[in-house]
Order: sequence, then C-alpha cells, then structure tokens
Amino acid sequence: MATPLIQLDKISYQYEQTKALTDINLTIEEGDFLAIIGPNGSGKSTLLKIILGLLKPTNGKILLLGKPVDQFKEKEQIGYVSQKSNSFNTGFPATVAEVVRSGLVKKIGLFHRFPKNVQLEVRQALKSVGMEEFAQRNIGELSGGQQQRVFIARALISNPKVLILDEPTVGVDSKNVRSFYLMLSHLNREHKITIVLVTHDVDAVSKSISHVACLNRTIHFHGFKNDMDTMSDEQLEAWYGHAVRKVDHRSEVQV
Amino acid sequence: MIDSIFRYEFLQNAFASGLIIGVIAPLLGVFIVVRRLSLIADALSHVTLAGIAGSLYLSQSISALGLLNPLYLGITASVTGSLFIERLRRLYKHYEELAIPIIMSAGLGFGAIFISLAEGFSSDLFSYLFGSVSAVSRQDLLIVVIIAVIVVLFLSFFFKELFVLSFDEEYAKASGLPAKWIHLLFMVVTALVIAGSMRIVGILLVSSLITLPVAAAMRISKSFKQAIFFSIIFGELAVIVGLASAFYLDLAPGGTIVVVSIIILLLTILSKKWMKKGVPAQ
Repeated sequence: MATPLIQLDKISYQYEQTKALTDINLTIEEGDFLAIIGPNGSGKSTLLKIILGLLKPTNGKILLLGKPVDQFKEKEQIGYVSQKSNSFNTGFPATVAEVVRSGLVKKIGLFHRFPKNVQLEVRQALKSVGMEEFAQRNIGELSGGQQQRVFIARALISNPKVLILDEPTVGVDSKNVRSFYLMLSHLNREHKITIVLVTHDVDAVSKSISHVACLNRTIHFHGFKNDMDTMSDEQLEAWYGHAVRKVDHRSEVQV
Repeated sequence: MIDSIFRYEFLQNAFASGLIIGVIAPLLGVFIVVRRLSLIADALSHVTLAGIAGSLYLSQSISALGLLNPLYLGITASVTGSLFIERLRRLYKHYEELAIPIIMSAGLGFGAIFISLAEGFSSDLFSYLFGSVSAVSRQDLLIVVIIAVIVVLFLSFFFKELFVLSFDEEYAKASGLPAKWIHLLFMVVTALVIAGSMRIVGILLVSSLITLPVAAAMRISKSFKQAIFFSIIFGELAVIVGLASAFYLDLAPGGTIVVVSIIILLLTILSKKWMKKGVPAQ
C-alpha cells in the first residue's frame, strides 16, 4: 500500500487552559476527498493548523508524505486555502495573475526570480478553476466565490498533492456554493488532487466527498461517507453536543 | 536652476540625495502601506530625532566627537527603535499598535532631553526637523547611496516573499516562508530609509514621502506593479518640484515636498471621481 499522504497519531492540543483536541487519529490517503465537519469550537481549524505545521501539537505525531512534520520541507506539496474572511488584505493593489503567481514562492525558493514562462502556469492554474478571463482584474473587484477560486488557483500552481481548505465557502453566496464544490470534485477526480476541507455545508458538499470525519475535540466518526448513515442518532448527538437531524436522501447526509 | 546645480556642490548633493530618496522611500513605502505599518514610519522618525539630538549634544560637549555626522547616531537609533517595536509587538500580542506610541514617545522624550541639554544648535535642529536644501553634505549623499543599494538588494532578493507576506500573512506562514526573519529585515531596512530620507524631508515629515505617493498610487492602480510604478513617479515628482520651489522660495523642503505630495494625492482622488462620472479629467 502506498504511503498515506497525511497521518495523525494520537494528536492532542491545548490552548493555555482549554483542551482543543484530544487523541486524534486520522489517516488521509491519496485521492481522498475528506470533509471534516463539526460544531463551532470543535477544533476544526486547530486541526488544520496542526496539519499545516502552523501550530505544534501538545502530544502526538504527524507524518506528511511519510515524514515527520518538522522535517517535511516540500511545503509546496500541500496547498492551503484559508478562510477568506480573516485572511487576505482586501483593497490590496494586485491583479488576479499576481496573486496566483505568488503561490510559486516556496517552490522557486529564496533569492530566485519567477521563471519566464510563469504566465503560462498562471493561465493553466486559473483555467482549472474556471477563472481564466479574470487574470488582469484587481483581486478586490471579485466576488467572494471568485476570490476563493483564485486562492485555489494560487494553491494549485505549485502542483500540490493535497489541497487543504478551511471553510472555503464562508462569504460565498449560496447559489455559487454548489458550483464551487463541483469544481473541487473535478479537481479531485480529473486532476487526482487529494482534498481535505473543513466545512459547515454538509448538505452542499455531500455529493462530492468520499470520506467524512466528524470532529468535536476528538474524532467521533471517520470513514466512507456512505458509512456515516450507520451512525445512530445517539452517536450523532453525542458527537454534536445537541440533538441533530439526519436526513438521508440518496446517499446525501445532512446534519 | 540647472545652472545653479552645476555651480553649487550643496545643490548637487541635495538633488542627488532627493532623487534617490524619491525612488527608495515610495518603493519601500508600497510594502509599508499595504502591510498597514504606515504609523511605524512615524514612530521611527521620532526615534531618529533622539539619535540626531543626542549626537548634536555629544559633539558639542565632547570635542573629539565634534565632527561626528549626526546621521550615524540617527541611523543607530532608528534601527534600534525598529527592533524594539518588534519586541513590543510580540509582547503585546493583542494590542500590537501599542508599540507605536510607546516607541514614539520614547524617541520624543529622549530627543527633548538632549535638545534642552545642548544649547545653540537651533538652526541645525530646524534643518533636521523640516529638511534642508543647503545642509546636505557629500558624506550625507554617500550614506544615502549606500542605503539605496541596501534597499535595492533587499527588495530584489525578497520581492516575491514580501509580496506574499503583505498580501496574506497566514498563507505566507503556511507555505513555510521564514516570515519572522523577512519581517525583521524589512523593519531594519525601513529604519535605514527613514534615517536616510530625513536630511532632505526632515524628521517630522519623513513618513509623508513613504506614505503619500503610495496613497495616491493606490487610487489609480489595478496591479501591484502599477502601484510601485506610480508611487515612484509621484515620489520623484514631489521631490523635484518640492526641492526646486524650496530653493527659489527659500522654504524648508520638507514642507514643499509634502504640499506637492498632497496636491498629487488630491488630483488622483479627483481624477478618479471625474472618470467615474464620465467627465474627462482636465
């Protein structure tokens, strides 16, 4: 069996006094499309930050492509798209092409300039998210959904094996959410990119994903999406912390 | 004017330094403004004042230091100030902006003490506060040239990293950039530019040459490249018109440069409004 892309082994994390994550075991294989779902404050973003190496776990071990996270140098293999609302600087004077190009920064390395054919790579990355014609537009002029596509193109330009997204549809209007997930699905199937995302839109995402992880400080369920249907209402309630509604219509899971 | 430049060395020094500063201050300024660090430039200029005043006092009281160029201590103070600001920003994680008034008042406080300790350098001090056309020496020009070389080297090495860091700090960290070190270097280079620009524009107005051309450029730029291009054009325009009018009207160049920058800023704001209304800009 191939080495899993991401392996978390008994990860715990503590913010000063509060325990944010306890005993997380999670394995993400190549080609997975995993949605990490859970209520507010369940530690979803913390978990992503630990995977990305932005936070150091209090306990446990993380392997990225088989290497311990602190020895893992090929950061360009892991594309990251953060929550739009609290990340980039709106009003920043930059074109879409300039933003996408900046995704190559780590791959090119310090003291080197962008290669001559960088515009070609930018165009390809924008094409794969359906934003080719926006290359010369100012990033601030785009809608939330369009901006998120640009940020995905920025992550894709370094040809990552895995794309990690933190609530990518926050600030995206509902009618565009569905097409956004269809695009992710396309990247997963056609471009063979493993996708890990944290989300609230269980309904919208459920058609695209292959795996689900239910998180509330610890992982209550991890497996194939269809197997989630076997979770009893009690299990769901124990995970979510309050009563939830589970609607099953043709393998769609709604929480 | 051209004749006078060929005739007088002091004018050559002032114009040469002015033209160099007109490029490097707005160039670095683009990054300072988009990273929302404009006020830090102000704080550092006040720290530079403490260094300058301290140096003037020392050269008055210790005869061996009589010929010491005050810029050296000014630069030292500014760079030290930039390092302290970083320390304080980390200490007050949730109130990062608190570092600015702390450092600013420290600079002004020390400056005030040195100024009152030493007497009789009011004319010198005036030129440091508001800039001067006549007081720029060959040595000052040389310091400006060295600072310019450092800025150009720094930006050509770290341009793409600084872009990422300015646009999206979290993304920069997630992609494994040495964000902390690049930022620290950035602060030190900023401190150098502030100390170097001070001879022409003056301590009190130095941050304006860093922020005003950028503020104007941002109104009309779609891309980062354009923002840099227009910032430099506006910076140069302000320096050339400002220095020339300061020379002819016998005014402090800090004042004239800032007023020209403000006029450019107003014109860009108005031109954008005119264009929006569909009335051609005159």
